[in-house]
Amino acid sequence: MLELNVQTLAFFVFALFVLGGGLGVITTRNLVHGTLYLILSLFGVAGFFVLLSAPFLAVVQVLVYIGAIAILIVFAVMLTRSMTSLHEVVNRQWVLSTIVAVLLFVMLTVTIILPVWGQDGSLAGQPVSEVVATTTDLGKALVDGNQYVLPFEVASLLLTAAMIGAIVIARDDE
Amino acid sequence: MIPLWMYLLVAAALFCMGAYAVLARRNAVAILMGVELMLNAVNINLVGFWRYQQPLNMAGQAFAAFVFVIAAAEAAVGLAIIISVYRQRKSVIPDEADTLKG
Repeated sequence: MLELNVQTLAFFVFALFVLGGGLGVITTRNLVHGTLYLILSLFGVAGFFVLLSAPFLAVVQVLVYIGAIAILIVFAVMLTRSMTSLHEVVNRQWVLSTIVAVLLFVMLTVTIILPVWGQDGSLAGQPVSEVVATTTDLGKALVDGNQYVLPFEVASLLLTAAMIGAIVIARDDE
Repeated sequence: MIPLWMYLLVAAALFCMGAYAVLARRNAVAILMGVELMLNAVNINLVGFWRYQQPLNMAGQAFAAFVFVIAAAEAAVGLAIIISVYRQRKSVIPDEADTLKG
């Protein structure tokens, strides 16, 4: 059913990055290592975007997530140095949290993934067409008056507000 | 190509890992990392469904791009709050920031 080629191999390597990185984030005590695992996971997601023919999003993933957000998290970890390696990693409700997370996974699998998987036998989940919109189409859609120009402007406003808010909150008052 | 359900399975697992980190980790920075994992799982789903169901409609990619924007804003403000709380109380454990607790 699954032919062995470069794409399949790349998928499993990236899936290993994503899930291994995620597992590292939720288990490591030292948050510096946790951030490195997070970067591994984010890189795997960027690989998924390449496999899904969304090269622009893959580049943005590397630039914004790994280049900006991960570095921001490293700074926060460094600035809260005494808290980087807490003795207890999890809080009191961790048993309940594990149950909730596992139940959520089972629920997602049964209600969403199984129907997609069982649609029509061997061709289950194959793309409807090989023709894919390009980055040019995305760029046009984002500034098209009939499509996403308003959300685009609102997003830029939100970013400005978040930036000013972050500066105001983190500023030293004295 | 890889069937769609495989991407969805990886995304679901990643989302549940993020949810566990948000619910169970004690360090606020680790909680923010969990939120990032969840947002990434959502992005995998958005782009996956876009590629397999509507590859000519830009909605999936556009939504994923907006999720990037929200994630950047959330990380900036969230980390600013964490650093501010740390400066006041020398702690980044949300359980200990309980001034408003009744």
